[in-house]
Amino acid sequence: MATAHQPFTTAPHKPAAAAVDGAVDTTVLESAFDAAVAADERIEPRDWMPDAYRATLVRQIAQHAHSEIIGMQPEANWITRAPSLRRKAILMAKVQDEAGHGLYLYSAAETLGASRDDLLDKLHSGRQKYSSIFNYPTLTWADVGAIGWLVDGAAITNQVPLCRCSYGPYARAMVRVCKEESFHQRQGYELLLALSRGTEAQHAMAQDAVDRWWWPSLMMFGPPDAESSHSEQSMTWKIKRHSNDELRQRFVDICVPQAESLGLTLPDPDLKWNEERGQHDFGPIDWSEFWSVLKGNGPCNDQRITQRRRAHEEGAWVREAAAAYAAKQSERKEATA
Amino acid sequence: MTGSTEWPLWEVFVRSRRGLSHTHAGSLHAPDAEMALRNARDLYTRRNEGVSIWVVPSAEITASSPDEKDSFFEPSADKPYRHPTFYDIPEGVKHL
Ligand SMILES: [Fe+2]
Ligand SMILES: [Fe+2]
Repeated sequence: MATAHQPFTTAPHKPAAAAVDGAVDTTVLESAFDAAVAADERIEPRDWMPDAYRATLVRQIAQHAHSEIIGMQPEANWITRAPSLRRKAILMAKVQDEAGHGLYLYSAAETLGASRDDLLDKLHSGRQKYSSIFNYPTLTWADVGAIGWLVDGAAITNQVPLCRCSYGPYARAMVRVCKEESFHQRQGYELLLALSRGTEAQHAMAQDAVDRWWWPSLMMFGPPDAESSHSEQSMTWKIKRHSNDELRQRFVDICVPQAESLGLTLPDPDLKWNEERGQHDFGPIDWSEFWSVLKGNGPCNDQRITQRRRAHEEGAWVREAAAAYAAKQSERKEATA
Repeated sequence: MTGSTEWPLWEVFVRSRRGLSHTHAGSLHAPDAEMALRNARDLYTRRNEGVSIWVVPSAEITASSPDEKDSFFEPSADKPYRHPTFYDIPEGVKHL
């Protein structure tokens, strides 16, 4: 996009005042940026920011946006087979919300100078990732409940601190997202509760779904702190407010009593209250599974990307037709003016 | 997709209820104003968040520059007499 037409919400790559005589005095700009972050002020699109800060945000927001729209697939799989009209309407509303979350986030990434087409292209070609949780299949109706309770639950635990992220547009998108997520989690919990209190077969179905989704949900918080490459810098920049392990622990502690109320168990023999720590101990996570799914070897990686590409390609004529119609209308307007 | 078919960007402003002004909600892509309005309704008012929406092409907005923030807003900084607290009024004087 040409600089002259750069929308006011988009960050310029080179601030005008800093480029006097072609010499960019980044130290002054950098200390102003550091001071703003340290004072818990928000960085806004047109403010100067370090290139690495911008790149980190684009990568994180894009991955987040991709996760929202890929995440529509496993649940949409059950829309036509929802057991009642009530459940069907709820599920459609949830999946539509996820599309909305993706759009809020793509817009936030665009304020950093990223282009929508380019981001989608990177998703379709595998150059940018999405959360590997969505590479697992939804085998039964109970999976819809387990996803709402555990996957949306883990997402909420991750996203609530992001509402205070140092980058304004990302933080604002997260506020909107978090408001909507709470319905997602509650409908999942209610769905599982209905199954858990239902027939023996329904109860078993609910338990099976929880057994399959529990560990992948814990992996959603990312690798252990000791192996997490981007964490420290993101904490300094206040993009991230808590470490992966901290958030994971918080999630486990929240889930244990919720599982009890559901009448379901969590598939971890080592899970127990630690009086001394005031937290739950839990068993080791199989990180080799995480890395393998991330590298593309999950049960549904190919299916998810193939379907996403197909949806994009099959929608091309709609985008082109709408653009052609808009062009024709504005030509007509000019002709009659 | 080629860049030429990428729909332009619009800024969305939503009035949450009567009596309040429109507030910036976010942005979206749409081929024209009419579609921008419809998309804005679906994207930003799924839960009765608004009673009125404005959409504006992002490229049409002129904004002050953050680089000249200080010099641009400085003229109002040294005029404390524009604020009511600037004035000393004897205690006991009412309704002032
Ligand atoms: Fe979401
Ligand atoms: Fe969600």
